[in-house]
Amino acid sequence: MPRLLPTPSQTVGPYLSIGLPWPDGPHVVPEGTPGAFWIRGTVRDGNGDPVPDAMIETWQADPGGGFRHPDDPRGEASGEFRGFGRCPTNPDGTYGILTLLPGVVPGEGGTTQARHIDVSVFARGLLNRVVTRIYFEDQDNSGDPVLTTVPEERRGTLIAAKTDDGYRFDVRLQGDGETVFFAL
Amino acid sequence: MATPTEFRLPRYEQDPDGTHPPLDFSGYGSTALRHPKQELVLLPQMLTEVTGPLLGPGRLGEHDNDLTRQHAGEPQGQRIIVTGRLLDGDGRPVRDSLVEIWQANAGGRYRHTGDRWPSPLDPNFDGVGRTLTDSDGRYTFTTIKPGAYPWKNHDNAWRPAHIHFSVFGSAFTQRLVTQMYFPDDPLFSQDPIFNSIPDEKARQRMVSRYDHDITQAEWALGYQFDIVLRGRDASVFEEEEDED
Ligand SMILES: [Fe+3]
Repeated sequence: MPRLLPTPSQTVGPYLSIGLPWPDGPHVVPEGTPGAFWIRGTVRDGNGDPVPDAMIETWQADPGGGFRHPDDPRGEASGEFRGFGRCPTNPDGTYGILTLLPGVVPGEGGTTQARHIDVSVFARGLLNRVVTRIYFEDQDNSGDPVLTTVPEERRGTLIAAKTDDGYRFDVRLQGDGETVFFAL
Repeated sequence: MATPTEFRLPRYEQDPDGTHPPLDFSGYGSTALRHPKQELVLLPQMLTEVTGPLLGPGRLGEHDNDLTRQHAGEPQGQRIIVTGRLLDGDGRPVRDSLVEIWQANAGGRYRHTGDRWPSPLDPNFDGVGRTLTDSDGRYTFTTIKPGAYPWKNHDNAWRPAHIHFSVFGSAFTQRLVTQMYFPDDPLFSQDPIFNSIPDEKARQRMVSRYDHDITQAEWALGYQFDIVLRGRDASVFEEEEDED
């Protein structure tokens, strides 16, 4: 089959909030689901100012470490777990995602990945999304095949801190404490 | 039972250089404080990356694919049909996949509290659409042609007419948000967002094509816009077959 050439990325622009939010977007699981918690944070720019026109998307395994997807070679996970969350930032740059702790997931070559969530950040001023990962401070992150490739002094930007109703994960697009972003 | 073969995953190829815009692009002022300055760290494609949300019919309302029928009256402007296929780099259709769009009205105004330039809102136009691709990867929207609009990026700055598109593909690696443009727009030359794409040929892949066969007599002009996502590395699967 002939190779087709890909369509370029463009920014979401300042008005993404008319098109992309869903009423249930922040709810990876419905409110009241046992074990559900909030991941909350603020998206900030290079000056440390909040970014009011960004959007966070999350994708993760279910609590058993499965994915409801045909390309999971262990078999497609059953159940209703959507795995996906989406939340635009508020005028003060904050967002929130209600979810369950993802299970551990196998990595490459017999390794095991620590519990993690993949994140896309979109915003006015971002011509392409940036990608990061959320890990959890009260979980065993030792030996994670991705974290170990990140310079030690920057790993903390990927680790969500425990809070009263879940975890805090701030995103710093640029500057002091800049979040580690990944090339896929 | 976890034999190594069972963990063979699809691998998504890198898009050719010049396809996507740099995150730091001086022509577009808002990138200055928002692009990461540290180098990106390579994320191997593992299970979380080669899977992704498969979002189905539950997300759609009745008139979500017809932006001219979401209110009691019809919106102002040129009625158009926008259709195309969602494909991956191997030419395979991405089926039953959510396509989301948002756009300005015929006068170039968005229904957004932040958009205050002096062009009126249209009470009959929200500028938001959703649909699913069919078994051939095809999507179709009926809408109106958006107007150009000014912004304050540079002196006398105007965005060429465009529709924002958001698609998921079938893996986290394929997630794409882009903009569809219209043929022969005189505003391309001064638009840094359009021109942020380094490769001129890649840039042209964001421009829709007028199609007289899609055009409906006495009704609407037709445009074709295919969206191509990252392709899979075919060798991963060929190897698998060789082992049998
Ligand atoms: Fe726009």
